[in-house]
Amino acid sequence: MKLTKTLMATTALTAMAGMASAEVKELTVVSWGGAYTASQQNAYHLPYTEKTGVTIINDDSSAEAVAKLRAMNEAGNVTWDVVDVVAADAIRLCDEGLALEIDPDTMLADAPDGTKASEDFGDLLVSECYIPQIVYSTTFGYRTDMVGDTPPSNVCDVFDLEAYPGKRSLEKRPINNMEWALLCDGVAKDEVYDVLATPEGQDQALAKLDTIKDQVIWWSAGADTPQLLADGEIVMGSTYNGRLFSVIEEQKQPVAMLWDAQVFDIDGWIIPTGLSPERQQAALDYIMFATDTQRLADQAAYISYGPARKSSAPLVGKHAELGIEMAPHMPTDPENAKNTFLYNYEFWADYRDDIDAKFQAWLAK
Amino acid sequence: MTKTATNEPVLAADGTPLKRSLARALRVQKMRALALIAPLLIFVMISFIIPIGDMLFRSVENKIVENTLPYTVDELSRWDGTGTELPPEPVYRDMYFDLFLAAELKRHTRLGSRLNYEASGMSSLFRQAGRKLDDPGKDAVKLLKSIDPVWGERDTYYTLFNAAAGDAVNQDLLAAQQSRIRWLADETPTGEMAFAPSQNVSDLLPLAARVYTSSAVITGMIENKDVAKSKPMESLYLALLQDVTRPGFQDDLAAYDGPQKDALTALANAGLSAPNYSAIFADIDENWADIETWRVIQTHSGEFTNGYFLNAIDMQKTPDGPAVQPENKRVLIQLFIRTLIMSLTIMGSCILLGYPIAWILSNVPTRQANMLMILVLLPFWTSLLVRTSAWKVMLQQQGVINDVLVWVGLVADDARLVMINNQFGTIVAMTHILLPFMILPMYSVMQTINPSYLRAAKSLGATNWTAFWRVYFPQSIPGIGAGSILVFILSIGYYITPEIVGGTKGVFISNRIAYHISSSLNWGLAAALGTILLAVVLGLYWCYDKIVGIDNVKLG
Repeated sequence: MKLTKTLMATTALTAMAGMASAEVKELTVVSWGGAYTASQQNAYHLPYTEKTGVTIINDDSSAEAVAKLRAMNEAGNVTWDVVDVVAADAIRLCDEGLALEIDPDTMLADAPDGTKASEDFGDLLVSECYIPQIVYSTTFGYRTDMVGDTPPSNVCDVFDLEAYPGKRSLEKRPINNMEWALLCDGVAKDEVYDVLATPEGQDQALAKLDTIKDQVIWWSAGADTPQLLADGEIVMGSTYNGRLFSVIEEQKQPVAMLWDAQVFDIDGWIIPTGLSPERQQAALDYIMFATDTQRLADQAAYISYGPARKSSAPLVGKHAELGIEMAPHMPTDPENAKNTFLYNYEFWADYRDDIDAKFQAWLAK
Repeated sequence: MTKTATNEPVLAADGTPLKRSLARALRVQKMRALALIAPLLIFVMISFIIPIGDMLFRSVENKIVENTLPYTVDELSRWDGTGTELPPEPVYRDMYFDLFLAAELKRHTRLGSRLNYEASGMSSLFRQAGRKLDDPGKDAVKLLKSIDPVWGERDTYYTLFNAAAGDAVNQDLLAAQQSRIRWLADETPTGEMAFAPSQNVSDLLPLAARVYTSSAVITGMIENKDVAKSKPMESLYLALLQDVTRPGFQDDLAAYDGPQKDALTALANAGLSAPNYSAIFADIDENWADIETWRVIQTHSGEFTNGYFLNAIDMQKTPDGPAVQPENKRVLIQLFIRTLIMSLTIMGSCILLGYPIAWILSNVPTRQANMLMILVLLPFWTSLLVRTSAWKVMLQQQGVINDVLVWVGLVADDARLVMINNQFGTIVAMTHILLPFMILPMYSVMQTINPSYLRAAKSLGATNWTAFWRVYFPQSIPGIGAGSILVFILSIGYYITPEIVGGTKGVFISNRIAYHISSSLNWGLAAALGTILLAVVLGLYWCYDKIVGIDNVKLG
């Protein structure tokens, strides 16, 4: 499909003989905004502009990227060149034919030692259209001054209202919450998704969540939990590990991380379909640069998310402003990654609609 | 009528009939009026009516299944989905070839996403099938080559299916494949193609000719490559196996007199058997051998569907007709009702709070009234998000109000009031945000009420209350009506404030619409929910008109 579109566009352009060859001078890069876009600006955009002279325009629309890309595609006017999305959205976009298929070995840079990109990224290439960038995790943070002398060490402490009374915040969607509920209801880690695929398993997870439902504040924006923790509204809450890093290290709030059963997820790039050949080439050129080993390692100096390439890990250094070592704050650090949970994309691509309907019905009860 | 027609028409000064002359003069005026409103009309049409109409139309549109799997849907319509038998082999056969073409153009996953709204697992079922359909084709070409090596050459197929100069061309087949691919590829196949399906061969090998033609349209007219030199889709080999084993092929072949007759004869005499498509699918995923999968496809194969509307009212479309959703998935009707009740509550609290303010505004001297007016308008000049977030700071448990109450001693520190992330929070925040929409129309109506009526009532012996209730209040009703309609209609579609302060029980139906638009991409369901919401508002407006009368609404 991609190829056919490209060829069509080429023909159209050839037909417009006499027109100056359109050299791409700017790229519109869509991301999440805030500290995350700032880290990309420093690690990728500025060096790229310096190297090529191409200006990068930031657009903070990643949260609505899937719907907007679909609308742009239907209107036949795609205005974005590179889009930052989470893996589940990348799979969805790829399924809908809205993202360009990527051949990692020819379209992405090799590692410095010559390792092919497909091997360097490894299992993180969860979709044919996806170029992973960072590994982040959804995990819990807690108020150190509200948990007494025995801080929580296990994810199931979230469900323990006696030992840790007070409100907790969870994301207002089934993903992650259902998995944690089952883990804490005695389901073995490698059976979680098998159980969750059955109606009984879904009921079981909701029943477990029911035990704390009255004490939960449901968040929908990543900034909610850090704010609630800072205000002392909640005793513990889930959010992205980078957000907690900034509450703890940058804002010096009395908050600590509970890394147990952190759920790994990936964030990365896709290139929309339907771009003109020049723009597509420019987007690919940017991607080739921005996802090489050094660039991914550079990003970790600005935000505590782990680089998606294996070859980048040894290059992770200190935080650019705070001057602290970043490695111990990475979700992938061995000390933090003692007990991790792997998010199953394919499962959620299949079951999201069904489980979400049940989850919403349960919430409304 | 007949009588006037026989009479002589009245003529104008220039000799034309007066009627026509008048009509012409009026037409010019009408055209001028139309030209004056044309910019607005066109703007509203392009930016409002057409997009909304298009969006609402998605609530019934369901072309994707039939357009992606045209032959399967046709074959499947003859299968009895209520029985216990799996669909017959021809259904699997057509599914193989339909899905292969869709996968070639990367459209099978889109269909998978569509069907996944109806049954979990469809998404990966289609995605995986798309990856694995090539393999049986590769096995088939090996088999063909072992019988006669010419079947491994691209040129064999090209000369076989292409109509040589002077041969009859099967135009119907070509046009059908072009229109299919136009839909699948989202673009019109253009460009010159050095291929036309031969009528003779497409009679002899109907399925293979169809597959080759669609393959040729893709390579020749969309990718603009040389058809003769391009590799055909792998499904062609399976189609060829299918055709040479069909009943009656031997007889047709005997009468056939065209290219590759020898090679075809070799195939016919090789004792081949038709491919077993159901086994191919069962091999890809066991769910293809599950009757439920096929029921879902059959049930949702119509060009138009009421499925989205059924989903929107907590029902579902099943092979046995509409059925109620299982109890643990019912939420939307509850949300509709909640949206209505909460909107009415917000409207009511806006009336209660707004009426005295509007009364004061219209009864104090102008200087003070202007001052007060600025206070009413001030929230208008502040960002909606800022106002909503401010309520969060005020209402949360460690917030300003709770802190004050604890400090005063009215509330114990460990029993702080829960005033946010529930219906109370939504009602408070939205009442505040929508209050100006209530005050302004009330104020402008109250300003027009002549104070001498009140004085007259009192001088005739009415108490303050009677004078207000019997004289002043009835005159202010048009303002209340206008304000109520504004506030109610605004709040019924409100999205961002309930999302931020509503928690789980204070959210509206619009929050679900937003979810289906931006996250689940189930635009059909979102459109159905939106259509219902629109219908409810129009219905309530009609009731209002019947009961109160819309003439009774004034903005000033």
